[in-house]
Amino acid sequence: MLQRVLTEIRIAGFGGQGVILAAAVIGKAAAIFQGGYATMTQSFGPEARGGSSSAQVILSTEPILYPYVTQPDILVVMSQEAYTRFAPQLKPGGVLIMEQDLVRVDKIPNGVRAFGVPATRLAEQLGRKVVLNIVMTGFFTAVTNLLDADAVRQAVDDSVPPAMKKLNLQAFDKGLEYGSMLMTRLAENGDSEGVLTLEVEA
Amino acid sequence: MHADPKGVLTGVHFLDGDHACCEGTLAAGARFAAGYPITPSTEVVERFAARIPTVGGVFIQMEDELAASIAIQGAVWGGAKAFTVTSGPGYSLMMEHIGLAAMTEAPCVFVNVQRGGPSTGLPTLPAQADMMQARWGSHGDYGIIALCPNSPQECFDLTIEGFNLAEEFRVPVMMMLDECVGHMTEKVVIPPADQIEVTPRRFTKKPPAEYRPYQPAADLVPDMVKAGDGYRFHITGLTHDERGYPSMNVETQDRLVRRLQDKLKPLADGRSLCETADLDDAEVVVVSYGITSRVAQRALQQARKQGIRAGKFRIISAWPFPAGRIRELAGRVKAFVVPELNMGQMVLEVERAAAGKANVISIPHAGGTVHNPDVILKAIVEAAR
Repeated sequence: MLQRVLTEIRIAGFGGQGVILAAAVIGKAAAIFQGGYATMTQSFGPEARGGSSSAQVILSTEPILYPYVTQPDILVVMSQEAYTRFAPQLKPGGVLIMEQDLVRVDKIPNGVRAFGVPATRLAEQLGRKVVLNIVMTGFFTAVTNLLDADAVRQAVDDSVPPAMKKLNLQAFDKGLEYGSMLMTRLAENGDSEGVLTLEVEA
Repeated sequence: MHADPKGVLTGVHFLDGDHACCEGTLAAGARFAAGYPITPSTEVVERFAARIPTVGGVFIQMEDELAASIAIQGAVWGGAKAFTVTSGPGYSLMMEHIGLAAMTEAPCVFVNVQRGGPSTGLPTLPAQADMMQARWGSHGDYGIIALCPNSPQECFDLTIEGFNLAEEFRVPVMMMLDECVGHMTEKVVIPPADQIEVTPRRFTKKPPAEYRPYQPAADLVPDMVKAGDGYRFHITGLTHDERGYPSMNVETQDRLVRRLQDKLKPLADGRSLCETADLDDAEVVVVSYGITSRVAQRALQQARKQGIRAGKFRIISAWPFPAGRIRELAGRVKAFVVPELNMGQMVLEVERAAAGKANVISIPHAGGTVHNPDVILKAIVEAAR
């Protein structure tokens, strides 16, 4: 079962980064592989054109009535523009997850826990930059602890074409592993002020 | 009879409303679709075009919506179950042929994924402002059936129901989605084919010499034939007699036009599709449909928490309007609250049915998003006072 009664999530980035697929995987994991409810909506407005892309998922232990995300508990950003646009909407005490090479944060909002992952670089290590969304999804799974990793892995497997399964599952595990290592380190050392990541900026 | 397994994608899926609607058409037995792309409805036929080669059937992208809405009727008379898909501007273009389908009693389905209007309006954002157009958009007196799903699951389930009703009553059926439901992704369970009931075409059992194309059966609906089966038949939009030939006289007109409306009477009350809750002790009843019914449900929960005796009346079959059900409620409740993503359309029907016996409060919204549940809650609170 899901851990929380209701969680609102927004995932945003550039068109082509696989924002929608990442949201669909998370929604599918909750709704199909973990016995909860999920509603995903996408931004189809004019702002969805010209490079930006955004998707919203609501996860719940009960049927979801209101379909839109108003104040996300979790914001995942994969571009600076997405961060600038959506960070102000994040719920106080919420979680911010970012592609740390693509998003620069000057000041983390009060009470927000911010996690960073070099998802594009990790994806490139697998030989294909396109799977950065699934690396992000793995990292999301590890640091939010909302969903069972197995449920999300099954959702990844169920959401990509057969020829791409192996690569995407590797990408998921890579992000998950990176996030798990980070969480272990934080458990040992405690949170710091800035973005929580395994790599300290030079 | 059961659905043809070839068209049924049995399993648990995470689908948006448009794609679920497409799976509904395939499960219902539709093997012909014609369409002209328009946001936010295109995904329905996009998926159909991808799926139909393996199922066996035809999709044609036509030159425009007029062509699409008449191509499906050709397919119907060729024996196929057929549908088209559009949104506001395209729906306006289809009106002439919706009238023809009603007049010739061609069973077919029109999917309208509603967006903000008038004119090209808000292509990517929701509205429910075509509800009156669905009922009255073509000229003359006729009846249609309109269904309003509020989730991707219902987009699947009700699309099958829509095709079944089209065959039973031989009318055009309007699937009135909205952009929010069409583009919303949720879990959709598609059962095995042997658990899906589909209504076959009501083909005549009479030999060619005795067959009269528009001779009504006991339920006021005539039986059909299909082209190429050796029956002579004539189909025309002109007023026609039971033989199907034009007959320009007052008696034929009266008999035909009355029957086109009367045949739908069973659906107006007894068989109307509604979802109700907490009506037994209700003082205030929220009447809603489509995506608005989900937002209204949240307001209803809050109202009940505040101790207000609020009840739910969700319209699923909007046309024929379930006037009898509303009339019955009007005698015992204080007020109806009617939120909808238009400036007040179905509320007119609620007012008509309530006939002054209960207050009717419209909560209009011009569209582009859904209501804020607090606005509906406030109306419930005030209505209960």
